[in-house]
Amino acid sequence: MKRLHRSILAAVVLVGSAWALAQGALSWGIRGAVPVPETHPAPEWPRVEESATRRARDYPMQPPTIPHKIDNYQVDLNAHKCMSCHSRRRVEESGAPMVSVTHYMDRDGNFLAEVSPRRYFCTQCHVVQHLARPPVDNDFKDVGALITEAADRP
Amino acid sequence: MSGSHETGWRGWLRRGWRILRRPARHWSLGFLTVGGFVAGIVFWGGFNTAVELTNTETFCIGCHEMRDNVYQELRRTVHYSNRSGVRATCPDCHVPHDWTDKIARKMQASKELWGKIFGSIDTREKFLAKRRELAEHEWARLKANDSLECRNCHDFRYMDYTQQSPRARERHSTALASGEKTCIDCHKGIAHELPDMAGVEGF
Repeated sequence: MKRLHRSILAAVVLVGSAWALAQGALSWGIRGAVPVPETHPAPEWPRVEESATRRARDYPMQPPTIPHKIDNYQVDLNAHKCMSCHSRRRVEESGAPMVSVTHYMDRDGNFLAEVSPRRYFCTQCHVVQHLARPPVDNDFKDVGALITEAADRP
Repeated sequence: MSGSHETGWRGWLRRGWRILRRPARHWSLGFLTVGGFVAGIVFWGGFNTAVELTNTETFCIGCHEMRDNVYQELRRTVHYSNRSGVRATCPDCHVPHDWTDKIARKMQASKELWGKIFGSIDTREKFLAKRRELAEHEWARLKANDSLECRNCHDFRYMDYTQQSPRARERHSTALASGEKTCIDCHKGIAHELPDMAGVEGF
């Protein structure tokens, strides 16, 4: 009897999902409604935010986003284009925010004169923002909103 | 004062001078004038054509030193490929456009012939080792002429701040406008990769 139940359930699920697929009701995700063997048309290339104003962080530990274009910025052994504005020595002239003091610390908490090698490659954590609609909805709430909500709850 | 007994280079010089001073015996004044005029056009035109021929990108990347290093780097930048299709070729930035300055630069470039003959940057390693020195020459040249080759296209007088990003607007309306800075002060490495920038102002 139990086996029969299971087979019926499996059949229902199978037929149900086949129907859903046929209707296109299932989400295709970011890829869009293009069958796997076919080539997806390239989406439009979104523009990069170029506001040069600071953006609020969603949580205290969030690496701040880069509010400007960084096309062809050279960051290698020879030159560090980002640090030509954001380093300790350069902020006075550039007016850019200095990278935080943690970037001058090694992993044991010792302070270094120059930016720590483990923090050298900015785009490991900091990214530009594209002026594009998010492909997936996001209902993230920052911790402040959560606290307010909790306080409002009876 | 016959020249038959004169010998050596002084004799030659004196004889040459006498020929130049003597009126023409066989050729008419008209022929000499018109002929000189035509010859002038041919020589002058030929000279300028030859100079212009060396002032093309095809000529520059005819040597592997330029083709395999700096040219490849340029191809990844906005000065090669961009939305409107206007691009800069090597001489647009590296050779002055005015004739006098151009000829002066071309005379300097004879040093580059020397370098080519003796292979001073004929391998990638040699080029990388010399990149800082070569870059410094270009920075110094652009600093000295107030980034003239940049300004041949990017004329400050026609910059529309409202079309610029906030960062660019701020810099261009202050330091550049007052003449305190010139293009190359901030825009190093826009068309080629930077060398080791240790100790360079602004890095």
